[in-house]
Amino acid sequence: MNKNSNTYIFIYASLMVVIVAVVLTMANLTLKPLQQKNVKNEKMTEILSSIGIEANAENAEQLFNQYIREEIVITASGEVVGVYRDGALAEGTERAFDIDLKKELNKQIKTGDGHFPMYIADNNGERLIIIPLLGKGLWAKIWGNIALKSDLNTIYGANFGHESETPGLGAEISEPKKEGKKVFSDQYDGKQIFDAEGNFQSIICVKGGVANQSKVAPEHGVDAISGGTLTSNGVTDMINDCLVNYVEYIKKNK
Amino acid sequence: MSTVKNEREPLFSAKNIRLMTTPLNKENPITKQVLGICSALAVTVKVEPAIVMAISVMAVLAVGNLVISLLRNTIPNRIRIIVQLVVIAALVILVDQVLKAYSYDVSKQLSVFVGLIITNCIIMGRFEAFAMGNKPWPSFLDGLGNAAGYGWILIAVAVARELFGSGTIMGMTIIPEGFYGFGYVNNGLMILPPMALIVVAVIIWIQRARNKDMVEEN
Repeated sequence: MNKNSNTYIFIYASLMVVIVAVVLTMANLTLKPLQQKNVKNEKMTEILSSIGIEANAENAEQLFNQYIREEIVITASGEVVGVYRDGALAEGTERAFDIDLKKELNKQIKTGDGHFPMYIADNNGERLIIIPLLGKGLWAKIWGNIALKSDLNTIYGANFGHESETPGLGAEISEPKKEGKKVFSDQYDGKQIFDAEGNFQSIICVKGGVANQSKVAPEHGVDAISGGTLTSNGVTDMINDCLVNYVEYIKKNK
Repeated sequence: MSTVKNEREPLFSAKNIRLMTTPLNKENPITKQVLGICSALAVTVKVEPAIVMAISVMAVLAVGNLVISLLRNTIPNRIRIIVQLVVIAALVILVDQVLKAYSYDVSKQLSVFVGLIITNCIIMGRFEAFAMGNKPWPSFLDGLGNAAGYGWILIAVAVARELFGSGTIMGMTIIPEGFYGFGYVNNGLMILPPMALIVVAVIIWIQRARNKDMVEEN
């Protein structure tokens, strides 16, 4: 057969595409459960890390079930619309863990009826509230979790993640916690999101260091990353834009 | 004539071995042919992703070379580039899926760069220059050799950049804490892309200084 005839080329190309499609679909189908489990484990690891529990892919699920007592879904006006407890839905129709935060944040901006997830953890008898965060860094999305103590004001711990911030600069926000070394996320411990009058203040990354200025009170500010100003601003905006949706709930439940 | 044709070449004949070893040094894809620079720049901040990238490229290039070589007599000349691209793309997607399933952390770090293997010029280059005109076994070896040549440069650059940029190798602290006490600081420039080019250039410089026949005459 003439290798340069149109018929040959068409048949060759079609066959090739079909074979490749079948192979790739099969690979995708067989590997999908493993991949989804990885994504889920990672989310659990990150949530746990904000309350100082170090988990890995093997024990994430077990530790998550051990420490996270309840998952709650709330609206920006402070109503509770879903509760997930002991492996089953106790109220409402959605589980907080499965909520797509990005969709809800967009919905909140457009129509104001976003549903926000929240996790209640029990760390050796201490009740902690974990709030997931999602925002924009310099290059792509950044995310994190903030854990509040039972006064719903003081931060117990925080952790951040990023997709592709500049290594060594903006990427420092996700520097893993280490014994004897103060990393970016450690600065959040003990900060307060409300001022003495009970107004929401958020936590602000201050360029040049909190100690060197007077605009932001020390309990509401952390040092921004030098060389990572745009990422730091992204973190500030993320914390503000996400936490603001929880303010009503916190005020009601204080 | 026919006897010569029927005589089988041993699997690891001197010629085949040479296919694997020349790309490590004299015909190195990065330092001699200056291909694959983009990824050499992007994934060499830390050693671990560099190693995974090297292994991934090796898998794609060796298997891809083999596939193209097996198909070489059937591929219509007019769409050969398309066929090559489909083979690369399919292999890269496979590698990506496997990494996502079995090595999730690394796959996150490599994220977009795994996809960029598709555009890695070394792979297209070897398909077009070698696999289209050679038997499967030599093509496979050529793929391994070129990927190894690419890989060792990648890892060498990554070691230099991670050591001087973050003071660690594979995440383990190498530079003793005491040094920092004396005012030693990690070089921030090392983790930025320009330093990858400078490190590659230093390697090229050393290589050419030791192999006089690599120096162009002009």
